Amino acid sequence: MATPNVPLWEVFIRSRNGLAHKHVGSLHAADARLALQAARDIYTRRGEGLSIWVVPSSAITASDPAEKGMMFEPAESKIYRHPTFYDVPDEVGHM
Amino acid sequence: MYTQALNTSDAEDRHVEDAARAGLFQARIDAEERIEPNDWMPAAYRKTLTRQISQHAHSEIVGMLPEGNWITRAPSLRRKAALLAKVQDECGHGLYLYAAAETLGTSREELVDMMLAGKAKYSSIFNYPTQTWADIGAIGWLVDGAAIMNQIPLCRCSYGPYARAMIRVCKEESFHQRQGFEIMLTLSRGGKEQKSMAQDALDRWWWPVLMMFGPPDKASQHGDTSTKWKIKRFSNDELRQKFVDATVPQAQYLGLTIPDPDMTRDEAGHWVYSPIDWEEFNQVLAGNGPCNRNRLGARRKAHDEGAWVREAAAAYAAKRSHRDVAQAAE
Repeated sequence: MATPNVPLWEVFIRSRNGLAHKHVGSLHAADARLALQAARDIYTRRGEGLSIWVVPSSAITASDPAEKGMMFEPAESKIYRHPTFYDVPDEVGHM
Repeated sequence: MYTQALNTSDAEDRHVEDAARAGLFQARIDAEERIEPNDWMPAAYRKTLTRQISQHAHSEIVGMLPEGNWITRAPSLRRKAALLAKVQDECGHGLYLYAAAETLGTSREELVDMMLAGKAKYSSIFNYPTQTWADIGAIGWLVDGAAIMNQIPLCRCSYGPYARAMIRVCKEESFHQRQGFEIMLTLSRGGKEQKSMAQDALDRWWWPVLMMFGPPDKASQHGDTSTKWKIKRFSNDELRQKFVDATVPQAQYLGLTIPDPDMTRDEAGHWVYSPIDWEEFNQVLAGNGPCNRNRLGARRKAHDEGAWVREAAAAYAAKRSHRDVAQAAE
Protein backbone atom coordinates (compact mmCIF):
# COMPACT_ATOMS: atom_id res chain seq x y z
CA MET A 1 0.00 0.00 0.00
CA ALA A 2 1.30 3.45 -0.88
CA THR A 3 2.22 5.64 2.09
CA PRO A 4 -0.30 8.51 2.36
CA ASN A 5 1.05 12.02 1.85
CA VAL A 6 1.60 14.22 4.89
CA PRO A 7 1.15 18.02 4.44
CA LEU A 8 4.19 20.10 3.49
CA TRP A 9 5.29 23.15 5.53
CA GLU A 10 7.78 25.91 4.83
CA VAL A 11 10.11 26.84 7.71
CA PHE A 12 11.33 30.38 8.51
CA ILE A 13 13.87 31.09 11.25
CA ARG A 14 14.93 34.30 12.98
CA SER A 15 18.59 33.70 13.59
CA ARG A 16 19.26 36.70 15.88
CA ASN A 17 17.35 39.50 17.52
CA GLY A 18 16.75 42.28 15.06
CA LEU A 19 16.91 40.11 11.96
CA ALA A 20 13.92 39.02 9.89
CA HIS A 21 12.72 35.42 9.69
CA LYS A 22 14.38 33.78 6.72
CA HIS A 23 13.27 30.75 4.74
CA VAL A 24 15.46 27.76 5.60
CA GLY A 25 13.65 24.80 4.05
CA SER A 26 10.57 22.65 4.26
CA LEU A 27 9.29 19.58 6.08
CA HIS A 28 6.29 17.27 6.37
CA ALA A 29 4.01 17.24 9.41
CA ALA A 30 0.40 16.36 10.15
CA ASP A 31 -0.36 19.65 11.93
CA ALA A 32 1.17 22.97 12.97
CA ARG A 33 2.35 21.81 16.38
CA LEU A 34 4.18 18.80 14.99
CA ALA A 35 5.60 21.02 12.24
CA LEU A 36 7.09 23.37 14.85
CA GLN A 37 8.64 20.48 16.78
CA ALA A 38 10.05 18.93 13.62
CA ALA A 39 11.40 22.32 12.51
CA ARG A 40 13.26 22.62 15.80
CA ASP A 41 14.80 19.16 15.36
CA ILE A 42 15.65 19.51 11.67
CA TYR A 43 16.74 23.13 11.38
CA THR A 44 18.04 24.30 14.78
CA ARG A 45 20.34 21.57 16.05
CA ARG A 46 23.23 24.03 16.44
CA GLY A 47 21.56 27.11 17.87
CA GLU A 48 20.58 28.51 14.49
CA GLY A 49 17.54 30.36 15.73
CA LEU A 50 15.56 32.26 18.34
CA SER A 51 12.18 31.97 16.69
CA ILE A 52 10.52 29.68 14.12
CA TRP A 53 7.57 30.22 11.80
CA VAL A 54 5.96 27.31 9.97
CA VAL A 55 3.58 28.03 7.11
CA PRO A 56 1.57 25.48 5.10
CA SER A 57 3.25 25.38 1.69
CA SER A 58 -0.19 25.38 0.10
CA ALA A 59 -0.79 28.85 1.60
CA ILE A 60 2.01 30.42 -0.42
CA THR A 61 1.20 32.21 -3.67
CA ALA A 62 4.25 32.52 -5.89
CA SER A 63 4.99 34.65 -8.92
CA ASP A 64 5.43 32.78 -12.17
CA PRO A 65 9.09 32.61 -13.28
CA ALA A 66 7.88 32.68 -16.90
CA GLU A 67 6.46 36.16 -16.23
CA LYS A 68 9.67 37.42 -14.68
CA GLY A 69 10.07 40.02 -17.43
CA MET A 70 6.63 41.51 -16.99
CA MET A 71 7.00 41.54 -13.21
CA PHE A 72 10.45 42.96 -12.76
CA GLU A 73 11.77 44.58 -15.88
CA PRO A 74 9.92 47.90 -15.45
CA ALA A 75 12.02 48.55 -12.34
CA GLU A 76 15.31 48.01 -14.17
CA SER A 77 14.93 51.10 -16.40
CA LYS A 78 14.04 53.42 -13.54
CA ILE A 79 17.53 54.25 -12.42
CA TYR A 80 16.30 57.62 -11.10
CA ARG A 81 14.95 55.66 -8.14
CA HIS A 82 18.50 55.24 -6.85
CA PRO A 83 20.41 57.97 -4.98
CA THR A 84 23.44 57.60 -7.25
CA PHE A 85 21.37 58.98 -10.17
CA TYR A 86 21.61 62.50 -8.71
CA ASP A 87 24.64 64.78 -8.83
CA VAL A 88 25.56 66.54 -5.65
CA PRO A 89 28.56 68.93 -5.93
CA ASP A 90 31.57 67.91 -3.85
CA GLU A 91 31.43 71.23 -1.96
CA VAL A 92 28.10 70.23 -0.48
CA GLY A 93 29.76 67.29 1.27
CA HIS A 94 28.10 64.10 2.41
CA MET A 95 24.41 63.82 1.76
CA MET B 1 26.91 12.69 0.22
CA TYR B 2 26.94 9.44 -1.31
CA THR B 3 25.90 10.05 -4.87
CA GLN B 4 28.97 9.81 -7.03
CA ALA B 5 28.46 6.15 -7.77
CA LEU B 6 24.77 6.57 -8.42
CA ASN B 7 24.51 9.55 -10.72
CA THR B 8 24.24 7.82 -14.04
CA SER B 9 21.47 8.65 -16.48
CA ASP B 10 19.66 6.51 -19.00
CA ALA B 11 20.72 6.98 -22.59
CA GLU B 12 17.12 7.08 -23.79
CA ASP B 13 16.40 10.12 -21.61
CA ARG B 14 18.65 12.29 -23.57
CA HIS B 15 16.43 13.23 -26.47
CA VAL B 16 15.40 16.85 -26.28
CA GLU B 17 11.74 17.77 -26.32
CA ASP B 18 11.97 21.39 -27.36
CA ALA B 19 15.17 22.52 -29.01
CA ALA B 20 14.62 26.25 -28.49
CA ARG B 21 13.81 25.93 -24.79
CA ALA B 22 16.58 23.42 -24.28
CA GLY B 23 19.00 25.89 -25.89
CA LEU B 24 17.91 28.67 -23.52
CA PHE B 25 18.15 26.26 -20.59
CA GLN B 26 21.70 25.25 -21.51
CA ALA B 27 22.64 28.92 -21.92
CA ARG B 28 21.45 29.61 -18.37
CA ILE B 29 23.50 26.65 -17.08
CA ASP B 30 26.57 27.85 -19.01
CA ALA B 31 26.14 31.30 -17.48
CA GLU B 32 26.26 29.63 -14.01
CA GLU B 33 22.66 30.59 -13.30
CA ARG B 34 20.82 28.40 -10.81
CA ILE B 35 17.74 26.50 -11.97
CA GLU B 36 14.80 26.80 -9.58
CA PRO B 37 11.83 24.43 -9.12
CA ASN B 38 9.29 26.30 -11.24
CA ASP B 39 11.70 27.04 -14.10
CA TRP B 40 11.38 25.10 -17.34
CA MET B 41 13.84 22.19 -17.48
CA PRO B 42 14.32 19.22 -19.81
CA ALA B 43 12.48 16.10 -18.65
CA ALA B 44 15.78 14.20 -18.52
CA TYR B 45 17.32 16.86 -16.22
CA ARG B 46 14.34 16.49 -13.87
CA LYS B 47 14.54 12.70 -13.96
CA THR B 48 18.31 12.55 -13.43
CA LEU B 49 18.13 14.93 -10.47
CA THR B 50 15.10 13.27 -8.90
CA ARG B 51 16.99 9.99 -8.97
CA GLN B 52 20.29 11.42 -7.78
CA ILE B 53 18.89 13.54 -4.93
CA SER B 54 16.47 10.85 -3.71
CA GLN B 55 19.20 8.19 -3.76
CA HIS B 56 21.42 10.59 -1.87
CA ALA B 57 18.60 11.01 0.69
CA HIS B 58 18.09 7.24 0.98
CA SER B 59 21.85 6.89 1.60
CA GLU B 60 21.70 9.32 4.51
CA ILE B 61 18.79 7.44 6.07
CA VAL B 62 20.24 3.95 5.55
CA GLY B 63 23.58 5.36 6.73
CA MET B 64 22.08 5.79 10.19
CA LEU B 65 21.91 2.00 10.60
CA PRO B 66 25.59 0.95 10.70
CA GLU B 67 26.42 3.76 13.12
CA GLY B 68 23.28 3.43 15.20
CA ASN B 69 24.53 -0.10 15.87
CA TRP B 70 27.17 1.32 18.26
CA ILE B 71 25.25 4.03 20.14
CA THR B 72 24.46 1.81 23.12
CA ARG B 73 28.03 0.49 23.25
CA ALA B 74 30.03 3.70 22.80
CA PRO B 75 33.06 3.56 25.15
CA SER B 76 32.32 6.84 26.98
CA LEU B 77 29.56 9.39 27.46
CA ARG B 78 31.51 11.88 25.32
CA ARG B 79 31.68 9.40 22.42
CA LYS B 80 28.05 8.44 22.88
CA ALA B 81 26.82 12.05 22.80
CA ALA B 82 28.87 12.74 19.65
CA LEU B 83 27.65 9.59 17.92
CA LEU B 84 24.02 10.34 18.78
CA ALA B 85 24.43 13.86 17.39
CA LYS B 86 26.04 12.50 14.24
CA VAL B 87 23.32 9.94 13.60
CA GLN B 88 20.72 12.65 14.18
CA ASP B 89 22.55 14.81 11.63
CA GLU B 90 22.37 12.00 9.06
CA CYS B 91 18.62 11.91 9.54
CA GLY B 92 18.48 15.68 9.08
CA HIS B 93 20.56 15.41 5.90
CA GLY B 94 18.14 12.82 4.56
CA LEU B 95 15.23 15.16 5.26
CA TYR B 96 16.86 18.23 3.63
CA LEU B 97 17.55 16.09 0.59
CA TYR B 98 14.05 14.61 0.37
CA ALA B 99 12.72 18.17 0.52
CA ALA B 100 15.03 19.18 -2.34
CA ALA B 101 14.02 16.12 -4.39
CA GLU B 102 10.33 16.83 -3.86
CA THR B 103 10.63 20.24 -5.50
CA LEU B 104 11.06 18.30 -8.76
CA GLY B 105 7.53 16.95 -8.50
CA THR B 106 7.71 13.50 -6.81
CA SER B 107 6.46 13.32 -3.21
CA ARG B 108 8.68 12.12 -0.39
CA GLU B 109 6.27 9.29 0.32
CA GLU B 110 6.60 7.99 -3.24
CA LEU B 111 10.38 8.24 -3.07
CA VAL B 112 10.50 6.39 0.25
CA ASP B 113 8.13 3.71 -1.02
CA MET B 114 10.42 3.16 -4.01
CA MET B 115 13.38 2.63 -1.70
CA LEU B 116 11.43 0.25 0.54
CA ALA B 117 10.31 -1.70 -2.53
CA GLY B 118 13.96 -2.14 -3.48
CA LYS B 119 13.50 -0.07 -6.65
CA ALA B 120 15.83 2.78 -5.65
CA LYS B 121 19.49 2.54 -4.80
CA TYR B 122 21.45 3.93 -1.88
CA SER B 123 25.19 4.08 -1.41
CA SER B 124 26.75 0.62 -1.35
CA ILE B 125 29.09 1.56 1.48
CA PHE B 126 26.26 1.06 3.99
CA ASN B 127 25.95 -2.58 3.02
CA TYR B 128 29.12 -3.28 4.98
CA PRO B 129 28.89 -4.15 8.70
CA THR B 130 30.30 -2.20 11.66
CA GLN B 131 32.03 -4.99 13.51
CA THR B 132 34.04 -3.07 16.12
CA TRP B 133 34.07 0.36 17.75
CA ALA B 134 36.98 1.30 15.47
CA ASP B 135 34.58 1.04 12.52
CA ILE B 136 32.78 4.10 13.87
CA GLY B 137 36.09 5.95 13.73
CA ALA B 138 36.82 4.65 10.23
CA ILE B 139 33.37 5.63 8.96
CA GLY B 140 33.70 9.18 10.23
CA TRP B 141 37.25 9.60 9.00
CA LEU B 142 37.01 7.77 5.65
CA VAL B 143 33.36 7.47 4.62
CA ASP B 144 32.49 11.02 5.67
CA GLY B 145 35.83 12.23 4.34
CA ALA B 146 34.97 10.76 0.94
CA ALA B 147 31.49 12.21 1.26
CA ILE B 148 32.89 15.70 1.80
CA MET B 149 35.10 15.38 -1.31
CA ASN B 150 32.02 14.53 -3.30
CA GLN B 151 29.65 17.01 -1.69
CA ILE B 152 31.67 20.20 -1.79
CA PRO B 153 31.41 20.48 -5.60
CA LEU B 154 27.68 19.72 -5.29
CA CYS B 155 27.27 22.99 -3.36
CA ARG B 156 27.73 24.60 -6.82
CA CYS B 157 25.35 22.22 -8.59
CA SER B 158 23.09 23.94 -11.15
CA TYR B 159 19.89 22.97 -9.34
CA GLY B 160 19.25 25.57 -6.60
CA PRO B 161 17.45 23.46 -3.97
CA TYR B 162 20.08 20.68 -4.19
CA ALA B 163 22.97 23.15 -3.96
CA ARG B 164 21.42 24.86 -0.93
CA ALA B 165 20.81 21.53 0.82
CA MET B 166 24.43 20.55 0.18
CA ILE B 167 25.76 23.76 1.73
CA ARG B 168 23.96 22.89 4.96
CA VAL B 169 25.08 19.27 4.80
CA CYS B 170 28.74 20.17 4.21
CA LYS B 171 28.81 22.51 7.22
CA GLU B 172 27.65 19.68 9.45
CA GLU B 173 29.70 16.94 7.81
CA SER B 174 32.99 18.45 8.91
CA PHE B 175 32.22 17.58 12.54
CA HIS B 176 31.57 14.00 11.47
CA GLN B 177 34.95 13.57 9.86
CA ARG B 178 36.82 15.15 12.74
CA GLN B 179 35.09 13.06 15.41
CA GLY B 180 35.93 9.93 13.39
CA PHE B 181 39.58 10.91 13.06
CA GLU B 182 39.73 11.59 16.78
CA ILE B 183 38.44 8.08 17.52
CA MET B 184 41.12 6.64 15.21
CA LEU B 185 43.79 8.80 16.81
CA THR B 186 42.85 7.71 20.33
CA LEU B 187 42.87 4.03 19.31
CA SER B 188 46.13 4.28 17.41
CA ARG B 189 47.84 5.96 20.40
CA GLY B 190 46.37 3.37 22.77
CA GLY B 191 47.40 -0.16 23.65
CA LYS B 192 48.41 -2.88 21.21
CA GLU B 193 44.91 -4.27 20.92
CA GLN B 194 43.40 -0.85 20.33
CA LYS B 195 45.92 -0.06 17.64
CA SER B 196 45.30 -3.35 15.89
CA MET B 197 41.56 -2.68 16.08
CA ALA B 198 42.13 0.64 14.28
CA GLN B 199 44.32 -1.05 11.66
CA ASP B 200 41.70 -3.77 11.11
CA ALA B 201 39.01 -1.15 10.53
CA LEU B 202 41.19 0.69 8.00
CA ASP B 203 41.95 -2.63 6.27
CA ARG B 204 38.28 -3.43 5.88
CA TRP B 205 36.99 0.06 4.92
CA TRP B 206 39.74 1.34 2.62
CA TRP B 207 38.72 -0.39 -0.62
CA PRO B 208 34.94 -0.01 -0.21
CA VAL B 209 35.54 3.71 0.47
CA LEU B 210 37.52 4.09 -2.76
CA MET B 211 34.60 2.44 -4.56
CA MET B 212 32.26 5.13 -3.18
CA PHE B 213 33.47 7.49 -5.90
CA GLY B 214 31.93 5.25 -8.53
CA PRO B 215 33.22 3.34 -11.55
CA PRO B 216 36.43 4.49 -13.26
CA ASP B 217 36.00 7.29 -15.80
CA LYS B 218 36.78 5.04 -18.74
CA ALA B 219 33.93 2.68 -17.77
CA SER B 220 31.36 5.36 -17.06
CA GLN B 221 29.22 6.06 -20.12
CA HIS B 222 26.80 8.65 -18.85
CA GLY B 223 29.00 11.23 -17.17
CA ASP B 224 28.73 13.68 -20.05
CA THR B 225 25.15 14.86 -19.55
CA SER B 226 25.58 15.44 -15.83
CA THR B 227 28.76 17.37 -16.56
CA LYS B 228 27.11 19.43 -19.29
CA TRP B 229 24.27 20.27 -16.90
CA LYS B 230 26.75 21.18 -14.13
CA ILE B 231 25.31 18.62 -11.77
CA LYS B 232 28.67 16.92 -11.70
CA ARG B 233 31.80 19.11 -11.64
CA PHE B 234 34.57 16.54 -11.27
CA SER B 235 34.94 13.03 -12.63
CA ASN B 236 34.89 9.95 -10.38
CA ASP B 237 38.63 9.37 -10.80
CA GLU B 238 39.50 13.01 -10.13
CA LEU B 239 37.62 12.97 -6.83
CA ARG B 240 39.01 9.57 -5.88
CA GLN B 241 42.57 10.82 -6.46
CA LYS B 242 41.91 13.94 -4.39
CA PHE B 243 40.65 11.77 -1.57
CA VAL B 244 43.62 9.40 -1.68
CA ASP B 245 46.11 12.28 -1.73
CA ALA B 246 44.41 13.88 1.27
CA THR B 247 44.07 10.66 3.25
CA VAL B 248 47.47 8.97 2.92
CA PRO B 249 49.29 11.57 5.07
CA GLN B 250 46.51 11.31 7.67
CA ALA B 251 46.99 7.53 7.85
CA GLN B 252 50.75 8.11 8.23
CA TYR B 253 50.09 10.50 11.11
CA LEU B 254 47.98 7.82 12.77
CA GLY B 255 50.81 5.32 12.28
CA LEU B 256 48.45 3.03 10.36
CA THR B 257 49.16 1.24 7.09
CA ILE B 258 46.96 1.64 4.01
CA PRO B 259 46.16 -1.91 2.84
CA ASP B 260 47.78 -1.38 -0.54
CA PRO B 261 51.45 -2.47 -0.37
CA ASP B 262 52.05 -1.52 -4.03
CA MET B 263 51.00 2.09 -3.56
CA THR B 264 53.60 4.52 -4.91
CA ARG B 265 53.98 8.24 -5.21
CA ASP B 266 54.31 9.68 -8.72
CA GLU B 267 56.46 12.65 -9.77
CA ALA B 268 53.58 15.08 -9.38
CA GLY B 269 53.20 13.99 -5.75
CA HIS B 270 50.01 11.95 -6.28
CA TRP B 271 49.57 8.61 -4.56
CA VAL B 272 49.04 5.89 -7.16
CA TYR B 273 46.78 3.14 -5.82
CA SER B 274 46.43 -0.44 -7.07
CA PRO B 275 43.53 -1.52 -9.30
CA ILE B 276 40.17 -1.64 -7.54
CA ASP B 277 38.16 -4.88 -7.43
CA TRP B 278 35.09 -3.67 -9.34
CA GLU B 279 33.57 -7.12 -9.23
CA GLU B 280 33.05 -6.65 -5.48
CA PHE B 281 31.40 -3.26 -6.14
CA ASN B 282 29.07 -4.76 -8.75
CA GLN B 283 28.14 -7.60 -6.40
CA VAL B 284 27.27 -5.24 -3.55
CA LEU B 285 25.33 -3.00 -5.94
CA ALA B 286 23.43 -6.05 -7.21
CA GLY B 287 22.27 -6.81 -3.68
CA ASN B 288 24.87 -9.38 -2.66
CA GLY B 289 26.84 -7.30 -0.15
CA PRO B 290 27.24 -8.46 3.46
CA CYS B 291 24.28 -6.40 4.79
CA ASN B 292 21.97 -5.55 1.85
CA ARG B 293 19.04 -7.61 3.10
CA ASN B 294 19.57 -6.58 6.68
CA ARG B 295 19.55 -2.83 5.85
CA LEU B 296 16.45 -2.93 3.71
CA GLY B 297 14.75 -5.17 6.25
CA ALA B 298 15.52 -2.69 9.04
CA ARG B 299 14.11 0.22 6.99
CA ARG B 300 10.93 -1.70 6.17
CA LYS B 301 10.46 -2.70 9.79
CA ALA B 302 10.88 0.89 10.98
CA HIS B 303 8.45 2.14 8.33
CA ASP B 304 5.82 -0.50 9.15
CA GLU B 305 6.15 -0.06 12.89
CA GLY B 306 5.79 3.71 12.47
CA ALA B 307 2.54 3.41 10.52
CA TRP B 308 0.35 3.81 13.60
CA VAL B 309 2.16 7.06 14.49
CA ARG B 310 1.49 8.52 11.04
CA GLU B 311 -2.14 7.43 11.27
CA ALA B 312 -2.61 8.83 14.77
CA ALA B 313 -1.05 12.19 13.82
CA ALA B 314 -3.27 12.43 10.74
CA ALA B 315 -6.40 11.47 12.74
CA TYR B 316 -5.60 14.06 15.42
CA ALA B 317 -4.97 16.77 12.82
CA ALA B 318 -8.29 15.91 11.11
CA LYS B 319 -10.17 16.02 14.43
CA ARG B 320 -8.64 19.41 15.29
CA SER B 321 -9.45 20.90 11.93
CA HIS B 322 -13.11 19.72 12.19
CA ARG B 323 -13.33 21.28 15.63
CA ASP B 324 -11.87 24.55 14.33
CA VAL B 325 -14.45 24.57 11.52
CA ALA B 326 -17.26 23.83 14.00
CA GLN B 327 -16.13 26.61 16.35
CA ALA B 328 -15.88 29.07 13.47
CA ALA B 329 -19.47 28.20 12.51
CA GLU B 330 -20.86 28.94 16.01
